[in-house]
Amino acid sequence: MQVISVPGSLDQQSVDDFLDRVAAAENARCLLDARHVRWVDPNGMLALLLAGAAVCARQGTLPRLELPESMDVLGYLSRMGFFQEAQGILEFDDKAPRRGSGPSDVLLEITPIRANADVHAVVDRVQGRAGVLLDAKLGYPQTAVVPFSVILSEVCQNVIEHADGPGWVAAQAYNWARRLGRWVVVISVMDLGRGFRGSLTDEHAARYGDRWSDSTALEAAFLHGLTRFPDSGRGQGIQQIRRQVQRWNGSITIRSGSARIGQYPEWDDAPPMVDALAPFPGAQIGIVLPAKEGDSQR
Amino acid sequence: MTDLPLDPVAIDVGHLLHRTVTSLYAHLVTRPTGRAVRMAIETQLEGMGDRSLSLIDLSEVSVLDFSCADEVVAKLVGHYAAAENKEAFFVFRGVHEPHRDQIEVVLERQSLAAVGETTPGRFELLGARSAEEDAAWRTVETRGLLGRDDVEEALASPALRDALERLVQRRLVYRSPITGRVHALSRLVAHLM
Repeated sequence: MQVISVPGSLDQQSVDDFLDRVAAAENARCLLDARHVRWVDPNGMLALLLAGAAVCARQGTLPRLELPESMDVLGYLSRMGFFQEAQGILEFDDKAPRRGSGPSDVLLEITPIRANADVHAVVDRVQGRAGVLLDAKLGYPQTAVVPFSVILSEVCQNVIEHADGPGWVAAQAYNWARRLGRWVVVISVMDLGRGFRGSLTDEHAARYGDRWSDSTALEAAFLHGLTRFPDSGRGQGIQQIRRQVQRWNGSITIRSGSARIGQYPEWDDAPPMVDALAPFPGAQIGIVLPAKEGDSQR
Repeated sequence: MTDLPLDPVAIDVGHLLHRTVTSLYAHLVTRPTGRAVRMAIETQLEGMGDRSLSLIDLSEVSVLDFSCADEVVAKLVGHYAAAENKEAFFVFRGVHEPHRDQIEVVLERQSLAAVGETTPGRFELLGARSAEEDAAWRTVETRGLLGRDDVEEALASPALRDALERLVQRRLVYRSPITGRVHALSRLVAHLM
C-alpha cells in the first residue's frame, strides 16, 4: 500500500503539493494519512475528496483515509458535511462523527455540483447566512450578499458548463489573525472534469500552435475570456468574478492540469502563474475575500 | 388616428420564473433558467403583433447572475434588434443596484443598449452607447416627447441629431410612424408602473 502523507495544514498554500503527490501515486492501493492534520479549510477538504475520486477512478478501489487525530478537526470536517460526501469515495473508520442537526456556523457546507438545480440550492442556502457574515466579519454592506451569490453561481456553473464532470463547492469564514490580521471568507470549487485545456482545445488550440498547454489555456480563459462556445455572450463568468474579487481586494486562483493561474492583491505575494505541476484532472478554484481594511477588530 | 400604434404590456419576470421554470427557484441564476424565462417572454411577444412595447419587470428578482442577465436581457434585446419582421421595444424595470452591473456588462459585451429604471421613477440608458446618444436620449427622456419641429431646437448639433436617428434605429426611443414625434419609452409605460 502506498502512503500519501496529508500536510498538517491543508489549505490553499499546501493543496498543490498534496495534489501533486496524489497525481504521482503509483498503481498500488493508496492510504491518505491525515492523522496529523491540525488545520483544514474548504480547499483542503475538497482536495481530499478529489484525491479520493481521482485515485478511485484510476485504480478502481477506494483509497483509505486515516482520519485526523484532532477532535477539533474531525468535528469541523463533520460540520462541513465532509464525511457524508466522502462516502463511496474514501474508505474510513466509523468513528467519524456524524453531522449535528443543531444551528450551524458554517457559511456553505460541502455541496456537490452536478446540475443547475444544485447551483440554485447553493444560492438559496447562502442568502441568510452570507448577509449576516459578510457584514459582521468582513464589514461589507448588506447588499454585498447579491454579488457574493453571483460569484458562487458563476463559479459553480463553470463546473457544469465547462468541466462536464461532477464537482463540489464549500465556503467558510476564518480569522486570519497571523497571516493578514483580518477575517476572510474562503470559497473553494473543485471538479474532476476535463479541465480548461480540455474544454478549449477543439476551438482554440490551433491558434496557439506549439504554445498550447495548460498554462496558455488558463490564460485564454482567465485573462481573455475565451470559451469553447461560439456565443459571444459566453465566457464572461470568470472575467466578472475576477472583477468583483478585485473590488473586494481578494484573490482568485485556478489550478487546471499542470498549471495554476491567479490574480492576487498586494497582501498575497503568490506568483501569477505556476506551471510544471503534476498533471491533475479537472479544475480547482480558490477565492479569498478579506475583511475591509480597518475592520481588523471584527 | 392615434399617434401611438402600441399597446404596452408588463411582463413580471419574478412571476414568470415561478410559473415557467419551477416554483422552487427563487433566483434568476444559471443559463438554462434564463433561457426558459426568455423563451416564455418571447412566447408572450409572439402574440403581440408586429410592433410591441414591453415593460420587463425585474423588481421581484433578488439575485440575477451574469448568465441569466445575458440570456434574459442581452439575448432578448439582441434578437429583436436584429429582427426585420417585428419591431419590439423594451423597458427594463427594477434594474436597481444589485442587478445593474450584470445588465450593463452583458449589454456592453454585445454592443447593445436598453432603457432601464435604475431607481424608482428614474430611467437611464444602459449598455453600449456614445456620449452623443446618451445626451440625445436624456433630452428625449427629460422632455418625454419631441415633435418634428422641436428637434433642431432641442438637439442643437448635427451630431446630436444623428445620434437621435441611431436611437430610433436601436429602438431606444419610439418615433411614431404617423406623426413623426419621438417618444421617451419610459413615458409610454408609465401607466403600467
